[in-house]
Amino acid sequence: MKIDRRCFLSLGIGGAAGLALSPIPWKLADDSAIWTQMWPWTPVPADGEATYVKSACTLCPGGCGISVRKIDNRAVKIEGMEGHPVNDGGICLLGLSGLQLLYGPNRVKTPLKRAGERGEGKWVKITWEEAISEVAKKLGDIKEKGESNSVACISGSDKGTVPALFKRFLSVFGSPNFMRMPSIQDSYEIANNISLGFIAQTGFDLEHAGFILSFGSGLIEGWGSPVRMIRANSSWRKAGIKVVQVEPRLSNSAAKADKWIPVNPGTEYALALGLAHVIIRKSLYRNDFVHAGASGFIRFRDLVLSNYSPDSVEKITGIKKETIEALAVDFARSERPVAICGRGQGKSQGSLGEVMAVQALNVLVGNINKEGGVFAVNDPAYIAWPAYQSDAVGAAGIKKERIDGAGSGKYGFAKSLTNRFAGAVNSGSPVSLLFVLESNPVYSLPDTKDVKDAFKKIPFIVSFSSFMDETALNSDIILPNHVYLERYEDVPATAGLSKPVVSLARPVVSPQFNTKHAGDVILLIAKEVGSPVADAFPWKDYQTCLEGTAGDKWKILNKEGFSSDPAFTAQVVNISPGRFDLSGGVADLSILFTPVNSEEDSKAYPLFLLPYDSFRIANGYIGTPPFVIKTVEDTVLKGKDILVEINPATARANGLSAGSYATLKTPKGSARVKVHLFEGIMPGLVAMPRGLGHTAYDNYLAGKGINVNELIGTVEDPASGLDAAWGIRANLIKA
Amino acid sequence: MSTPDDKTKGVSAETGGEEAVASFKGVDEKEQGEGPGGFIVLFFIIGFVASLIIGWVIFPKLLYSQKRQPVDFNHVLHVETVDNGCESCHIFREDGSYAGVPKLAQCADCHQEVQGDSPQEKIFVEEYVAKEKEVPWLVYSKQPDCVFFSHTVHVKLAGMDCVTCHGPIGESTSLKPYEENRLTGYSRDIWGKSMTGIKKNSWDRMKMDDCAECHEKETGRKSSVQTDKDACFVCHK
Ligand code: SF4
Repeated sequence: MKIDRRCFLSLGIGGAAGLALSPIPWKLADDSAIWTQMWPWTPVPADGEATYVKSACTLCPGGCGISVRKIDNRAVKIEGMEGHPVNDGGICLLGLSGLQLLYGPNRVKTPLKRAGERGEGKWVKITWEEAISEVAKKLGDIKEKGESNSVACISGSDKGTVPALFKRFLSVFGSPNFMRMPSIQDSYEIANNISLGFIAQTGFDLEHAGFILSFGSGLIEGWGSPVRMIRANSSWRKAGIKVVQVEPRLSNSAAKADKWIPVNPGTEYALALGLAHVIIRKSLYRNDFVHAGASGFIRFRDLVLSNYSPDSVEKITGIKKETIEALAVDFARSERPVAICGRGQGKSQGSLGEVMAVQALNVLVGNINKEGGVFAVNDPAYIAWPAYQSDAVGAAGIKKERIDGAGSGKYGFAKSLTNRFAGAVNSGSPVSLLFVLESNPVYSLPDTKDVKDAFKKIPFIVSFSSFMDETALNSDIILPNHVYLERYEDVPATAGLSKPVVSLARPVVSPQFNTKHAGDVILLIAKEVGSPVADAFPWKDYQTCLEGTAGDKWKILNKEGFSSDPAFTAQVVNISPGRFDLSGGVADLSILFTPVNSEEDSKAYPLFLLPYDSFRIANGYIGTPPFVIKTVEDTVLKGKDILVEINPATARANGLSAGSYATLKTPKGSARVKVHLFEGIMPGLVAMPRGLGHTAYDNYLAGKGINVNELIGTVEDPASGLDAAWGIRANLIKA
Repeated sequence: MSTPDDKTKGVSAETGGEEAVASFKGVDEKEQGEGPGGFIVLFFIIGFVASLIIGWVIFPKLLYSQKRQPVDFNHVLHVETVDNGCESCHIFREDGSYAGVPKLAQCADCHQEVQGDSPQEKIFVEEYVAKEKEVPWLVYSKQPDCVFFSHTVHVKLAGMDCVTCHGPIGESTSLKPYEENRLTGYSRDIWGKSMTGIKKNSWDRMKMDDCAECHEKETGRKSSVQTDKDACFVCHK
């Protein structure tokens, strides 16, 4: 007997037989099934108690109410707040994705001080005490030199207590330079100031309007308060309200309108005047509305009757005179017709003439101050703080001219002209310290190079950004604010609303990082700077300030999440018929209606680059979150390539075909782009979306596409100082 | 009585039998001379027994890791002091959802301070209550994430007893070790303590078949739960 191969074979067979009768194969089969179905590394959301917190969205000027679902201490879903006067349960893509901003990787987690060169991205962590005393020390030095007016602040908004605290800080300190990011609000404000004699927003009761004539406004692409606009749009559909969209490009709004009228870009004002011409000639206007302000009306009438006949307007706009005649009659004969302007989302200002001409249409048909019409809306009235005392330097500083020129000289009608800021700094206006609040000017102001140059000239830049955005990257010190889901703040919604609403943002979760409320930080800086600045801020902290400011409305705000009490929110100004002065205080009306074009060589740049807004791409302070960027069509962004829209005719003329690469050249710069052929854009134009080409932010956003602001510039409207640019001359060369 | 057929069969069977015996003997003799016949059987048995031991004794030890709960807990003691049985602590929230293991705040209602002299209680108060840290309890009955189970439906609507699925845990004076399946990460109690998968009590296992078994019994449906229309998505959302 000896042990041989067969013994081992037998051992194996015995083992196998035993194995089959053991639980190993059966148990392992079952376990591996469970394992593969639920990989242990797949995150599983923790279970817990579901609650809802009412708050407000601050991601755009829309001012929607939100209701955030939480599981224990984690926010898991943002929904629109039912019953909120702005959005009544609705929410937009961006609002829905807010949690990615809260929990995303791009948060600034602690105060940071620049260690390397500006923009290099090298930082050292500092404590809040160090950060605040550093800023206060800089301010002290500036004041000592008597240069308090060289301190400036760029804010995303000028409404609500936080911007008001910053503005107050600058005022007591001795600087008039509180600026807000440019938007169509600037233009409406100036137009109202000229035609009514006071600064006010324009509000539209669009839900009840009977005819909508939109001069390029992205009705369903984020103009005004986006969710509200989408709801209004559905109500128009249901009620059979006619919508006419005048725009060089078949945007989504144009596609959804009853009629799309392509117009030569930048000539929308002429169409409005042409319509006014027909309305006046055919006596379709409301006498009572225009006659009381007779002198203005007569000058306006004479101008449009002599210069803007449908014949001449056809030449300017490219729109057939029959179309103009018919549209004018249609508009004037409709019940409650409303004309609105502000291209796309209304993030650019446009020329004053355009706003005045469009407003004139509303005045002519008398649809002012009534249901379904147009209203003048004052700034929210609830922020009434006691007067402050400043010292000699402060008092002298505040009287100095603003850096952007607004409010004085030829810019006398304007409140803020941030579009002029970079130019002014580059041509020598000194700014020694800049606060940047809830905005990203380095990315979102036109002419990026110019803006960056201006920033280089500013010795000390303080960013309050919650995110490592382009401006934060180019600053010297970052004092990160809580994101909106972590803080209390009043959120006045005034974007085109006829009945303003103030909502309350409140902490849905406790701060995730070592951040501080910008309201608290400015109070702390004021304390550190000392008297008399400190004395102007008698509040213990921001919360006390907010509650005190809201006064007896605090309870309601806290309970309901919003207040639409007109006494509290904003005053809708009662405008009597005839109050609108169609030619306003402008002596020479023709200046108002002179088209502003860049004077670049039309040979080198035979085309026009036209930026456009998309609902799926955020282009303000907030960078598009990952959820949202995923929804961008591949005719807009493919991989890292941005696609520009051109008409097939333009493509043929330039030897381009669908999907081919090209170099897009403008007087401001050039970029490599891909071509998308689109019948819905007028020949001769190249359309590019705003909001791409970030250099900051996470991997989902950074490096994708081109920032159109790098390719366009500003064109100053001589009548107002507004940025009248709607595009720029360009050339598209096959790469 | 036999038919000719039967006889034929019988004969041939017999003949076959003899042949088989003969041939077996033949082999045997041949192997005995030069082969390891006994060893083969022995090795077979060794292999057989060894893998049975590995399968039934060692494998479970390897598959499951033993973990202690962060704090020990005496269910008996607590059940005695509350009025509403299990639901006193394992509450249903206002919205009807089931809260599962109590949160620290619930415990802290009574356990702000150390009561008595149990070292476990001391740990609990000092490490968790004082530091406001939730106790990371290990949940024996935690189902995989792909399973949707509503306690409300079973307890409130169907009137089931906690014991039916969870066993007499309320009668335990200390918490047994938590055995975690190293592969899946789930508790051993889902498959059941017995590796055979055979159960004596309704609470011994909590696999899908166990759900199905009870559902079949209670609803009187002949077909299995899985083949019913929409059946999968009732529990696997
Ligand atoms: S529309 Fe604006 S305010 Fe409303 S949810 Fe969207 S981002 Fe927020």
